[in-house]
Amino acid sequence: MSKRSFVLISVLVAASMLLAACGAGGSAAKTLKIVSSLPMTGSSLTQTQTIVNAEELRLAQANNQACGGKYTLAYEPWDDASAAQGQWDPAVETANANKAAADPSIIAYLGTFNSGAAALSIPILDQAGPLVMISPANTYPGLTKPGKGAPGEPDKYYPASVRNYARVVTADDVQGAVDAKFMFNNLGVKTVYILDDQQLYGKGVADVFEATAKSLGMTVLGHEGIDTKAADYKALMTKISTSNNGQPPDGIFVGMVIDSNATQLLKDKVAIMGDNTKVKFMGPDGIQTQAMIDGAGASTAEGIYASVAGVPLDKLGPAGQQFVKDYEAKYGKLTEPYAVYGYETMNVLLKALENVCASGGDPSNRKQVRDAVFAIKDFNGVLGTWSFDANGDTSLTDMTIYQAKSGAYTAVGTFK
Amino acid sequence: MSTKAKTILRRILITVLVLYVIFLLGPIAGFDVPSIAKAIQADPRQLVQFIIVGVANGAILAIIALGYTMVYGIIELINFAHGDLYMWGVFSSLTILSLTGTLTTKDPVHIIWGIAVALIFAVVFCAVVNVAIERLAYRRLRNAPRLAPLISAIGMSFTLENIGLIWAQQSWIVPSFGTTGGASQKDYPDLLSRLFQGLGYNVNLLASSGLGLRLTIKDLLVIVLAGVLMISLRLFIQRTSLGKAMRATAQNRDAAKMLGIDIDRVISATFLIGGGLAGAAGLMAGLYNGTAWWFMGFRAGLFAFTAAVLGGIGNITGAMTGGFLIGLLASFSDGYLNARWTEAWVFAVLVLILLLRPTGLFGEQVGEKA
Repeated sequence: MSKRSFVLISVLVAASMLLAACGAGGSAAKTLKIVSSLPMTGSSLTQTQTIVNAEELRLAQANNQACGGKYTLAYEPWDDASAAQGQWDPAVETANANKAAADPSIIAYLGTFNSGAAALSIPILDQAGPLVMISPANTYPGLTKPGKGAPGEPDKYYPASVRNYARVVTADDVQGAVDAKFMFNNLGVKTVYILDDQQLYGKGVADVFEATAKSLGMTVLGHEGIDTKAADYKALMTKISTSNNGQPPDGIFVGMVIDSNATQLLKDKVAIMGDNTKVKFMGPDGIQTQAMIDGAGASTAEGIYASVAGVPLDKLGPAGQQFVKDYEAKYGKLTEPYAVYGYETMNVLLKALENVCASGGDPSNRKQVRDAVFAIKDFNGVLGTWSFDANGDTSLTDMTIYQAKSGAYTAVGTFK
Repeated sequence: MSTKAKTILRRILITVLVLYVIFLLGPIAGFDVPSIAKAIQADPRQLVQFIIVGVANGAILAIIALGYTMVYGIIELINFAHGDLYMWGVFSSLTILSLTGTLTTKDPVHIIWGIAVALIFAVVFCAVVNVAIERLAYRRLRNAPRLAPLISAIGMSFTLENIGLIWAQQSWIVPSFGTTGGASQKDYPDLLSRLFQGLGYNVNLLASSGLGLRLTIKDLLVIVLAGVLMISLRLFIQRTSLGKAMRATAQNRDAAKMLGIDIDRVISATFLIGGGLAGAAGLMAGLYNGTAWWFMGFRAGLFAFTAAVLGGIGNITGAMTGGFLIGLLASFSDGYLNARWTEAWVFAVLVLILLLRPTGLFGEQVGEKA
């Protein structure tokens, strides 16, 4: 080695040591990663974008920090949909879950939007620490509640025998029942035809609806799964239009998300059976989005009903009002119902992280974060004061029914 | 045993096997003969209604199937991009309807000329695109192994689909595309009903007949337009010299060339006509079903391909018949069986035809292919 190159290398080594020392001193805060996995390709984007906005808003309010600045929080919104499906894609959701499981800096997985997607990622993340999931939107009861889903549920989702999945939204054992009661008591629907999109969520809420409708004494004329990629449903609607002894039913309930061709279904329903005053049309939260009204056309959608867990935005408590104000200041007018749930998922996660730190724990430890999330009791959030039970379900049970009027959903009332 | 007897025996065996499977699995898929018979008996009007829906949807499929079958007849290529070209027909007509202000107007005259302009544009646009696709993706591969143009066709299909996905995001051109991104279904307004109501007529043409049936202006327009297109295509192929050249090229390309027929011109003409038909089908489907979706060409293409195979691929009469049969089958399956199994029934037909009669229903009348 020549003398000159020796000097050069020595200088470089010294400089790099100096830089390393600066680096260590400058970033004392450790970075923790939070990801969300929501369908951001397809009609659900109208809903999911507001969820992501709200989560980012909550994080920005905390200055992207936890535990008094000891940890920096980084948030990445992941997409679990593919264009080919036009909605959430099992392959993408599984890939997301595996990616999250493999990245040790990720301490929470905020998702999913579709219950079918959650059924795939819960077991993967359950065996990864477990990595805690908090969903802003899954409502299929079988994910958490024993005896409310198929045989073997929910235990089959938790191979590590420890719960890692919680949700801030009320499940469909409440929603399907409230919808049935509303149609029967408030709309005077005595005969109903039920359609679903054959997904975990859609079929799940439709099944609860059917069971409740029967127990109320409604006549269920039929319950069918539909082909969600069909060009039209005119023949199906023709069949339904005479299913009630030659007459149309009083109402149609659709258990589905907007991406399952819900707008086409509504169009053909209106084309065959007329507007929504005579034959009522109702669905769960999956169709409570502006995209449903825009996609079907405002005059076609006029008068349809959809339910969402919780109370309407203007009936939220002071914390909720403050959220709406902050949200609208940053992102514009808020009409979608799920933003507040998105905010609450991040909200409750931050609270859990603070609790971990307060008890001297390590918020980069997945198990400790999970335990803290499940220990949340009497949380003072934007949805009100609520707790997680042992299953990871919220203690809130309010449902609000909305009706499409002049091109927008308007709250009709809140039910239990 | 002679070869012929062997073939017959094999066909009988396959038939028995297939029937066995149908009767075994049929009830799961809603294939329950007594209950279907009861449903028909209880309300025969419904049967008529299903036929109307099936024929209208079948007419659209038939027009798409024509594009498949013409191209196959002449260069023996299954043009998988054809279904997606139909999707471009939907989007191009919707774009023109938006640019001419037809989507929002209530003025009947405006709606009529708007639709006419959109029809002409969609037809010309898709025809030109189809010719360009042939020049770009198929012509150089004409003498390559048969797999090469097929793969090229699948590539074109993906290309068209993904451009459609981007197209559906351009809400600055078509404001009604909204802000949900390109992947969601877009509203294609029901202009014909609006037109008819604007003129003070009932949308249901049979409303005053007292039959309790529904035949809307949309059903009628789709069926009539499809009929006109099919008859003119037939006349064109049978009567004009270019039609004659197409038939000759289909029968024997080399012989046709020796007789002085410009093969390239004939093939371009075939793609031009097929593309124009896809554009017309796109406008019809948009007005009839009311939805524009970037992926709609895939399903429609598969159904139309099944229709073309059912009728005997390469055969024009066969493609039309196949289109109507598939439309009716889908409609009956929705109506009498179970909607979730409709797709399965349609593809079961494809499998059956390929097993039992690979030449299709009209496959042997080679003279008619074009």
